[in-house]
Amino acid sequence: MTKATLLMAGVVAVGLTATAGAVNAEDIVIGAAAEPSAMDPHYHNLSPNNAIRNHIFESLVGQDETQRLYPLLAESWQPLDDTTWEFKLREGVTFHDGTPFTAKDVIYTVCRIPNVPNSPSSFTAYTKAIADMEAPDDHTLIIKTDGPYPLIPTELSTWGIVSAATMGITGDIAFDRDGCTGIDSWPETDDFNNGTLMNGTGPYQFEEFVKGERLVLKKNPDYWGEVEPWDTVTYRPITSAGPRVAALLAGDVDLIEAPPVQDLPRLREDAAVDVVQGMSNRVIYLHMDQHDSETPGITGVDGNPLLDIRVREALSKAINREAIVAKIMDGVAVPAGELLPPGMFGANPLEPDPYDPAAAKALLAEAGYEDGFEVVIGTPNDRYMNDAKVAQAIAQMFTQVGLPTTVDATTKSVFFSRRNNYEFSVYLAGWGAGTGEMSSPLKALVASPIPEKGYGGTNRGRYSDPTFDAMLDEALSTVDEAAREAVLQKASAYAMEQYAILPLHFEVTPWAFRQGLTYTPRADQYTLAMGIRPAE
Amino acid sequence: MLVYFIRRLTQSVVVVFLMAAIVFLGVYAIGNPIDVLINPEADQAERAAAIARLGLDKPLWEQFGIFLGNALQGDLGTSFVHGTSALTLILDRFPATFELAVAAMLMAILVGIPLGVIAGLYPDRAVGRIIMGGSILGFSLPTFWVGLMLIMVFAVFLGWLPAAGRGDTVDLAGVPVSFLTWDGLSHLFLPALNLALFKTSLVIRLARAGTREVMLQDYIKFARAKGLTKRRVVGVHVMKNIMIPVVTVLGLELGSVIAFAVVTETVFAWPGIGKLLIDSIGNLDRPVVVAYLMLTVFLFIVINFAVDVLYSILDPRVRLSDTKG
Repeated sequence: MTKATLLMAGVVAVGLTATAGAVNAEDIVIGAAAEPSAMDPHYHNLSPNNAIRNHIFESLVGQDETQRLYPLLAESWQPLDDTTWEFKLREGVTFHDGTPFTAKDVIYTVCRIPNVPNSPSSFTAYTKAIADMEAPDDHTLIIKTDGPYPLIPTELSTWGIVSAATMGITGDIAFDRDGCTGIDSWPETDDFNNGTLMNGTGPYQFEEFVKGERLVLKKNPDYWGEVEPWDTVTYRPITSAGPRVAALLAGDVDLIEAPPVQDLPRLREDAAVDVVQGMSNRVIYLHMDQHDSETPGITGVDGNPLLDIRVREALSKAINREAIVAKIMDGVAVPAGELLPPGMFGANPLEPDPYDPAAAKALLAEAGYEDGFEVVIGTPNDRYMNDAKVAQAIAQMFTQVGLPTTVDATTKSVFFSRRNNYEFSVYLAGWGAGTGEMSSPLKALVASPIPEKGYGGTNRGRYSDPTFDAMLDEALSTVDEAAREAVLQKASAYAMEQYAILPLHFEVTPWAFRQGLTYTPRADQYTLAMGIRPAE
Repeated sequence: MLVYFIRRLTQSVVVVFLMAAIVFLGVYAIGNPIDVLINPEADQAERAAAIARLGLDKPLWEQFGIFLGNALQGDLGTSFVHGTSALTLILDRFPATFELAVAAMLMAILVGIPLGVIAGLYPDRAVGRIIMGGSILGFSLPTFWVGLMLIMVFAVFLGWLPAAGRGDTVDLAGVPVSFLTWDGLSHLFLPALNLALFKTSLVIRLARAGTREVMLQDYIKFARAKGLTKRRVVGVHVMKNIMIPVVTVLGLELGSVIAFAVVTETVFAWPGIGKLLIDSIGNLDRPVVVAYLMLTVFLFIVINFAVDVLYSILDPRVRLSDTKG
């Protein structure tokens, strides 16, 4: 209904200008697809929260649009030995209330992260490698780890620094993994939402947050870096895609995130609107149950055929990735040959497995399954771009090589609960590499489930291979960047050779905005005001 | 009246309790909220810690017991997603929805009753037929589609009205309202119109049926025989007598408009409680869903009670004491 309406209306709208109710040139209104659950930067490790956090609470290390690291509040960093890192903090940086930024604020932040009440998803995964922290002076920070841990700068880029003084700290504090000293009580998330504690160093200051309605940021005129061109930035949550496009066309908002794929062709034709798109860090993949000789979603055959590498290879070769990208994703995706897009840290890059139904049939016959078996593919239907449609297409492709396949599509809350209970033999899901490098997908999706190491957290296919785990161990303890990248590339290639998991495509993220603006697409899919500039 | 009131209240407490139990179990059965809320990069240890922080590691009966204990003290729980009190979240958004519902209801009454009476007075003339035809459209066009068309026509093509959001608000006795500013009014108009369309059709039909019935009554003939003007006959005698069914239905509809204006709120990005409910169901945010539906039950009970009282005012033949038995 939405689609038909918009297309219909769209035909007439082409050529009309979208200047009605246009806002002041120095103010920007963003139509957001999702709303942050809180303003507290450490409450919920979730994309909308993290995107907003970047405006207000800066981190020591920044991630640029392709998620490469760059100095932010830390001017430089280096490993002193295998387990010690030295960070030199930027001098002359002040918080929004005018107080200077020092190493104490960083220590306080690390102390606070495990102590956020009611946090549904905390940042502890990115601080627990820190065994000890010291500040020899106000602008030097020494971080110690238990063993060699190359991801320290990457993990320090994921959380923002809050002001210790604003949180009520007047005396000295000292870091201790099991509980810092000098801190009596922890701030409440509500006090961030109402603005009391919103004191960061970022290019924007907090102005107002009305849940469900708007979030207003204003320019920080005393920013240590280049001051932003926009006086105010307003995020308006418009969660429904059709109305979000309409709001852009009506000139209510200047930029929208996630315009729906089916509206992109006509948005591109509209003279009043521009569209940009960029490769994201999100891969869409198929996981296959490789745990046991019993599997719930495959019938018509004894045992679990997915344990046989020839069957997994046959499934991969049965998938026409080019067709999925062209026909279902409308070009807003790129076929994937591994779990991280080319150009990112640790990507080989590898070519996508070629479409070869004849080879797939031959492999199935060779493995003793010439009569085929029935497969059920699990998929969410409201989580990734066109997720259920992609699963339907794959089901048809599997059916064509002699494996009658059906799709079990449900809403995301039901899907993820069922997936985590191992109810699917084959399922479609996506993975965004938050750290922007190869160890993120490999550790979560391919490594054996080993809770002590944090391995295999989302490996619901339960592929388990000691050879691969050893490669990952090596990568995660190699501090030298070039050597580490080589090991990650090798590990990725090995996992693909084993058909441990089948990458399908990388999502491409589009943004649409009114004429007169530009936006720099980001791999992490964040919509940042810092990326919006007046067009030349 | 007092007996009636006490009996009504006792029934309501039972209904609210049953509602809470059903919703609690229902949301529990859908899945684990942590599966939706947690960042996928979190490892097993962090997952376990988050489950414990939200109290989801306890057995179901214990979670329900804790919830009941707190509810009796007026605490309906803390939202899993927002980390703030579920009741505060709902009450913060309630004024937006209430304002929208009242605006829609006013439109429905102010437009629907006159049109319905006209259609009832002249059922065979063109004007009556056109009104009835229009009301069929109002009934059958889906709200979602109409909402998008309104946005397309008034916001995108004509550029007269904003496409979405609530606009400027001013505080009236501490409650933010939109209808006192021009910007707020312009934001309110389209969603209210969208929401009013179905109700208007309903009112037209009720008013028309009532008018046709009342016009045949003896007291109308008598009033006309007495020589009263047509204006007075229709404006007083007909009006008063068609209001009973209209008030009944509108009372119930007001409840449903407040509780389930979800579609309109979603299309117009109106920051009301309907949108909060949908988001909360999607995130399995059980405290908010349970609190919301308990409030809804409470709301319906209050409205029904108000409707009963209105009856007795409108129609002296209905007295609340009669329902004692």
